[in-house]
Amino acid sequence: MTRPTLKSALLALALAVSVPGPAWAVLPDERLENPVLETRARDISKNLRCLVCQNQSIDDSEADLARDLRIIVRERLVAGDSDDEVIAFVVDRYGDYVLLTPPVKGSTILLWAAPILLAGAAGAGAWVAVRSAGRKTEETPS
Amino acid sequence: MITELGHFALALAAILSVFLAIVPLSGVVARSGRLVAMAPPAGVGVLILVATAFAALVNAYVTSDFSVLNVAENSHTAKPLFYKISGVWGNHEGSMLLWALVLAVFTGAVALTGRDLPARFKATVLGIQGMVSTGFLFFILLTSNPFTRLGRPPLEGNGLNPILQDPGLALHPPFLYLGYVGFSVAFSFALAGLVERRIDRDWARWVRPWVLLAWAFLTVGIALGSWWAYYELGWGGWWFWDPVENASFMPWLTGTALLHAVVILAKRDALRSWTVFLAIVTFSLSLLGTFLVRSGVLTSVHAFASSPSRGLFILVLLALTVGGSLLLFGLRAPGLRTASVFAPASREGGVIFGNALLGAATGTVLVGTLYPLFIDVLGLGKISVGAPFFNMAVLPMLGAVVLLMAVVPLLAWKRGGGKSLARDLRPAAAITGIAAASGWVLAPAGVGVLAAIGLGLAGFILAATLAPLARRKLKSLTAGAWGMTLAHSGVGIVVAAITIASIWQIETVRVMAPGETVSFAGHEVTMTELSDVSGPDYTAMQGVLTVTKDAADLGALRPEKRTYVARGQPTTEAAIRSTLVGDLYAALGDASGEGRVVRLYWKPFVNGLWIGSALMLLGGLIALGDRLSKAPGRPRRTA
Repeated sequence: MTRPTLKSALLALALAVSVPGPAWAVLPDERLENPVLETRARDISKNLRCLVCQNQSIDDSEADLARDLRIIVRERLVAGDSDDEVIAFVVDRYGDYVLLTPPVKGSTILLWAAPILLAGAAGAGAWVAVRSAGRKTEETPS
Repeated sequence: MITELGHFALALAAILSVFLAIVPLSGVVARSGRLVAMAPPAGVGVLILVATAFAALVNAYVTSDFSVLNVAENSHTAKPLFYKISGVWGNHEGSMLLWALVLAVFTGAVALTGRDLPARFKATVLGIQGMVSTGFLFFILLTSNPFTRLGRPPLEGNGLNPILQDPGLALHPPFLYLGYVGFSVAFSFALAGLVERRIDRDWARWVRPWVLLAWAFLTVGIALGSWWAYYELGWGGWWFWDPVENASFMPWLTGTALLHAVVILAKRDALRSWTVFLAIVTFSLSLLGTFLVRSGVLTSVHAFASSPSRGLFILVLLALTVGGSLLLFGLRAPGLRTASVFAPASREGGVIFGNALLGAATGTVLVGTLYPLFIDVLGLGKISVGAPFFNMAVLPMLGAVVLLMAVVPLLAWKRGGGKSLARDLRPAAAITGIAAASGWVLAPAGVGVLAAIGLGLAGFILAATLAPLARRKLKSLTAGAWGMTLAHSGVGIVVAAITIASIWQIETVRVMAPGETVSFAGHEVTMTELSDVSGPDYTAMQGVLTVTKDAADLGALRPEKRTYVARGQPTTEAAIRSTLVGDLYAALGDASGEGRVVRLYWKPFVNGLWIGSALMLLGGLIALGDRLSKAPGRPRRTA
């Protein structure tokens, strides 16, 4: 087993926990023979939104459009595309909306910064509150 | 006639709410005991009137009175009685009336209990409940009236959305509202405390049962929603970070923080302004949730813009409530200083860090939920913020909260540290190590780290929570300590269940015709029959799957694909064979050649989710029995 980096661990966390799990909607005839490609197809599918559903990935959805997208993803993989190329192919057609994990760019920078800023502010606020309580003054974190 | 009586009662309730919002508070200002004393009867009056209105609507549904627009649009004569009743809140108008009823129930409950509350304080609390009630009752009367009559009643109703015709979803909204709206009491207590300048240990003891109750109900509401999604949506997911779920999760997070801050305030007279702030924020998030779900803004910003009256009304209510209460908070909070002293690594300090992390998690969920709306409104394009983002951003924070949950109860009050800390943590560390190592070893390739973290956390919190019981006289434990032990153990079991069910789930999709057998997760599953069946208001294709394990007959699974008569909409009814070890879950798909697509899932320890949630509920209810004496040990030296 390779030693996973923090980033890959977080990504695996993002993909593996709670909602996800395996490909629920993938039908037997869609599956690729090559298990490596099939695994890649599923990981990609989990991050692609079913455009006609409410908050479902194409991996979860039984809608026809999701099925079409799953087949497109597999066709691109069989044609030799890398994961990023497959995703770029789909985003070119459907826009950023199709990505369940939004891309990091100008309009989403606040979204991505929010968890870091909030966690930092919370930690700092709590630290100040606790320190001041230790110095016999005041105690409200915020 | 009964419908008109209900309509009339609703209008009267709105007027009496205005009275409740104005008169007792004027009495408080004018120091008139007579006006102050009018608050409790007025509160009970609002309850009776709203209950009458609600009963009238239930009556219209039960008798299938299709001359009422709301009934015609959402009911059907063929529905079983239970779903006729639950259909009352399966639509916008009815669910807002349920919201108002729950608010009235809590208002009435405050009016009828709380004999130890000072009369002026109680009148102020009820006055604020009256203000909220006024807003919502006028919202219903002006934009969402369930009693509107039809000139030409149809012979048959439209029927309930079939996915709502289900016991889990029948009970989910009432519990969710009992939680959401239950926090209105904490909110009203907070504002009354600010007005009356009474935020102190007594205040915390008065408000705590209401916070616990609301928290327990909200926990049940969320768990029921999750359980419903698990068995009804046909693929066994139980949490999706859907905006609607996030809307209920945010007040749960801040409500959890509030629950702990209130204890610190009651026992140690610390965190006065933070506790009040949390009470305001928690109810504000409940209102925000109502707005998000009820305005239609989530499905489309444009839907909201094209028929804005409802959304705008709630938005104004939300702005007034949040703005007004935060203004009052800003004015009065500086006066809430206490001289409470404690070390950073004390129990107080630990709760502050836990609160801060819960706050950061709430903020992250809020940003993630609203961001696509803002981007869209600003014309910067359409983006999706889905489960992968929330898992990545929120789960590490919640993981840190779980770590604190394990350690902080072992810390001493005030001075911190703890004689028994090392003694208690040593076995916990051993168990954590074993759990994490087995996760690492047993997990499929690539997710070993996650399995180790998840099981390690679960093992740590369970061991650290349960180990101290071994060296304490169980009879000497307070109800609060029992409640904490049960609720924290519940969280441990939920963490274990999330980890195990996510990482060790197995799935297969096959086309099966009668007579075929598949081996799956140690079971032999044979399709013996595929036939049409029918229920009271639906027809279905049903597959009969007999299950054997080690030649032992485990009975049959009967998954269905249903089509409801009224709306012609198909639903998937999964069949689940549930054991503590895991669930065998079967769902029927579309026809394919001779057979049908069958999805089989093995979902290990998924029951841990519901067992853990039940323990949290039980812990919350048991903690109600604790009147919270002052923290033991050294005398307080506050001013």
